[in-house]
This record gives sequence, C-alpha cells and structure tokens, in this order.
Amino acid sequence: MMRGSIALAEGAITAGCRYYFGYPITPQNEISEHLSALLPEVGGVFMQAESEIASINMLLGAAAVGARAMTSSSGPGISLMQEGLSYMAGSELPALIVNITRLGPGLGGIAACQGDYWQATRGGGHGDYRIIVLAPNSVQEMYSLTIKAFHLADKFRNPAMILADAILGQMKEPVTLSPPEVEIPAKPWALTGAKGRNPQLIKSLFLADGEMEKHIRHMHEKYRRLEETEVLVETDLEEQMDLLLVSFGSCSRMVASAVALARSRGFRVGLVRPITLFPFPADTVRQVSRLAGKVLTVEMNTGQMWDDVRLSVYPGCQCRLLARPGGSIPTPYQILEEIEKFIKAGDSLAKSVR
Amino acid sequence: MQKVFARPATLRETGFHFCPGCHHGIAHRLLCETLDHFDLQEKAIGVPGVGCGVFLYDYVAIDTCEAPHGRATAVATGIKRVLPEHFVFTYQGDGDLAAIGIAEVIHTANRGENVTVLFINNSVYGMTGGQMAPTTLLGQRTTTSPSGRDHHNDGYPLRMTEMLAPLEGVAFAARVCLHTPAHVKKARRALQRAFEAQLDKRGFSFVEFLSACPTNWGLAPQQCIKHIDEKVLPAFPPGIYKDTGAGAGQDTGTEGE
Repeated sequence: MMRGSIALAEGAITAGCRYYFGYPITPQNEISEHLSALLPEVGGVFMQAESEIASINMLLGAAAVGARAMTSSSGPGISLMQEGLSYMAGSELPALIVNITRLGPGLGGIAACQGDYWQATRGGGHGDYRIIVLAPNSVQEMYSLTIKAFHLADKFRNPAMILADAILGQMKEPVTLSPPEVEIPAKPWALTGAKGRNPQLIKSLFLADGEMEKHIRHMHEKYRRLEETEVLVETDLEEQMDLLLVSFGSCSRMVASAVALARSRGFRVGLVRPITLFPFPADTVRQVSRLAGKVLTVEMNTGQMWDDVRLSVYPGCQCRLLARPGGSIPTPYQILEEIEKFIKAGDSLAKSVR
Repeated sequence: MQKVFARPATLRETGFHFCPGCHHGIAHRLLCETLDHFDLQEKAIGVPGVGCGVFLYDYVAIDTCEAPHGRATAVATGIKRVLPEHFVFTYQGDGDLAAIGIAEVIHTANRGENVTVLFINNSVYGMTGGQMAPTTLLGQRTTTSPSGRDHHNDGYPLRMTEMLAPLEGVAFAARVCLHTPAHVKKARRALQRAFEAQLDKRGFSFVEFLSACPTNWGLAPQQCIKHIDEKVLPAFPPGIYKDTGAGAGQDTGTEGE
C-alpha cells in the first residue's frame, strides 16, 4: 500500500529522474519531502527554490543540459510557472511538471478539484504551444504514468505534466513497482560544452522574418504526431449503449461506480476515460458517441473537458454535463440520477451545475 | 613580426550589433579573453538574460542557453547542479538582474551557487528604449522619468554589488568600469578573480560593469565618458568589495602595464 504522492515520487526515481526543484505548497508537499530524502541516496540533487518561478527556471537549466528532471506544485504555484513553461515549450525542453491541483481562482482551497484542465491542456502560458498532459486515476497510475510522462517528454522534446488532485495525492492503494531504468535516450541537442563539436544554443527567440512561423509549424507538427501516436484512453463499453459517460482523473472512479450501479438496474451505458488529456482521445469519443447517441460528461469543475468532448462527439449527439466545482464530489447515486434522467429525456446541450 | 593583439578564440568573427559607444562590446571581449585565459571554450555554458545582451550567442563561440527575463541565475543554478565541473556564467543587464530578477540573484548568491555573474549596469533599460531602471541615477531623465528620477516617486539607485558582497555565499564581488584603458585593465583582472572563485569552487562570484548607453542617455560617446566620471562613479563607487581568494587585496590590476 502506498500513498499517491509517494508513488509518484517513486515513479520519478524508477524513471531515472535525478533532479528535483520545487517550492512548498499544499496539497503536494509529500512529493518533495519524499524526494528530499530519496534523491541524495541515488546520487541526485534535491533543491528547494525560493519560489515556483525559480523552480521552473532551474528545471529549464537542468533540462537544457540533458538531465531527466522534474518539479511539482499546485494551482497557484503552477500559475507562477507558466512563464517558464512557455519558454520550455518554445525551446523544446523535456521535463516533468506535476500539478496536484487545488481549488481556484486565487488562494481557493486545498480540496480535490479539476479546475486546472484548461490551463493544463491549452498551454497555460503565452504563445502558440501545447504540453503533454497525463491524468492518472489511481495510485498505480500515479506511479506508472509518471514514468510514461518522462518517456513522452524526452521522445517529443516537450514539457509533460501529470494533472492530479488531492484525492489521488493522499489516498493509499496497492502498487506494483517496475524495475528501475538506467538508460535515458541520447540528447545530442543538449548543452554539454562545445567539445569536439560546434557551439550549441537553446533558445525560443526567433526575430528573423518567417523564422517564428517556421518554428511554430515545426512544434505543431510534433503535436499532430502526439495526437496520432500517443493517445491513451480507457474504455468500458457495451455492444449496445443508450448513453456514454466521459470522465477523467479521480472523478472517473465515482463515474465507474455509477456505471456499475446503472448496469445493475438495466441501463446500457459505457465509459470513456481520457488518460492523456493532451493529446485528447477525440477519435475514441467520436466513434463511441456515434453508437450511444447521448454523452454525459462528469467533471469536478464547471465544464472544461466538456469543450473537448463537444468538439469530438459524432455530429448530432446529445451532450450533457454534470459539473461539481469548488471541491464538491459527485456521488455515484447523483451520477446515476443524471444517467436515468438523460436516458429518459430528449433535449440536447443542457448543462447541470450543482 | 610578433603578433601582440589578436581576436580571442572564443570571439566570433562578426560585427557587434551594439550602438556606437556602447560598452557591451568591451565587456564581451573581456569575457572572451577570460574564457580563453582559463581555456574554458569546451566546458563553458553561458546564460544571457533578456536585454541587449541576449545575443551573446551571436558573438561568443560557446554553448549558451537563453533565460526568461530575470531568471538567468535560476537557469544557471539548474545547469551547474547537473554539470558541477562545467564553467557556468550569466550575462545580465540592470533591468534583468536588479529589477525583475533580484530575488533569483540574491538567493543564488546566498546559496553560494558556484556560478559567475557578469552584470552590465548602464542605468537604463536599453533594448526597450531607455526606460527608468532600478539603477537610474537621481535626477536622470529617461523615457519613464521625463523630469528626472525623483526618490519620492521612484526610490533610490540600487547598488547590487554592495548588497550582495556581505552574503556568506559570495566569494567574489566587484564593481568595475570600462570607459578608460586603465579601467578596462582593472576590469579584466577582476573578471579573472571572479572566474578563479568558480574554478576553485569557492562559491558565487559577481562583477558589475558600469557601462555607457549613448543612445538612451542622449549623449555622444565622448560625453558618456565624462558623464561616467562625474555622475556615475560617485553613485556607484568602483572597487573590489569582496575577494576570498589567495592574495586578495594585493592585486592592483596594473601588472602587465
């Protein structure tokens, strides 16, 4: 049995991450506390920076010289990191950023919430870019998706984020650990001193006419490849369905319980759980929504992933949203009630914010 | 015939984009001479801040990493912690280091981070067109202090070298200037001492270069030299403010003359 935050920290060590830069913020301090003890034992470096701004820029430096490195924080701290994230995306630097979200806007609160979906999946900082976003829904995935995130970041030379919440950070579940990784892919672009080669440069400034457009098109070609090859999605479907549910992260656990309840009462329902939020499993949602006709999105915010669901559904599908923002959690019975109502009703595009 | 003066190996064969009379070019050359002096071309990693100095990589033939505005010392920290045997330095202007990046530089210095900072103080934001900087002199007219800097509204010029030198993590801190050949020689020696501090792993080293910005001061290059002597030096006294190395204080910076 392991706590989610600890599993994430252990996943980072398994993945060969040896550098951590961070600043205290609730509810993710267990990650940095655990790594402050673990990293020196494996020859790594743990640094508590003076701010999240310093953390993300230390991470930028470590990534620029080819290290596998990470930071972790929560909403307000992740907001401070957006400048650095934009520079890292523009400079094509791979690293892991963990957001154990809290309530917002502002100081908000520390309960579980999914209100940072837009910030994570739309880039977050200034400019025309994306970061890779993975959303675990179990302690096992806090471990295994952390390893996966380092791989994807290195493979695509792009920052990757784990988007989780206080439920996933604090709860304890069994975890199966994998053998440690010792080999990190070659990074011929990294700064290691101009020995036996020409000097190299890591930059995001492109002033010459047309140079920036070329660079952005190159980055977006990379994002298209991510969408084609790296989508992760979990589905629990039936041959015939009257309704499809879409939910991610901790919320999807409540939805899975509601799906079991609904089926026990004779409702034919399916569940799609996006694991990668960017790239979003648009093809899966389109194909499966065509079979079901009705799509109920359940989120712990006022409807953020709902945008991506509505952009992805098969034309003509009816879409509804069950939204619980501000730290409230939808119960399986509340979700079941929505399932029943939606299957029996015929209207489309209605929102239900409670 | 014996060659007594040559382009440093690390200085690329290209013209500077700097305005006539700007001292960035002299600072760049001193940087390259010092990199050559310690044979660091293959193990140096430079981090230019945002400002006129950002194009460092167009002139200095070493590995370089851009940093967001003010964040160069944090980026340098990340680099140095991964590659402790490499030579890591930042090159930052006064807006970059003394305004938006002041938290990062103070904490980098206080940690005794084994990196070197080259701080170009020309008392204005150069690249953005001459706005008031933390280092702008009292009474100095800029595009955002059109009646001259008034401490009632704008506070006082910030003296970074004096602020950083007392910190325990700082191994070397000096302020130098570049407006006469004698001062350039002292500046070269100070930069060497700063490099030695990092090479000896003694901690954070800092050299502030008082520089001219003729374009944004609205003065001809020769008038800038007079302005530095009469107005800048009284506000920003040059000197070695801290040196933890062997032979400190005995070095006048005049040997070889």
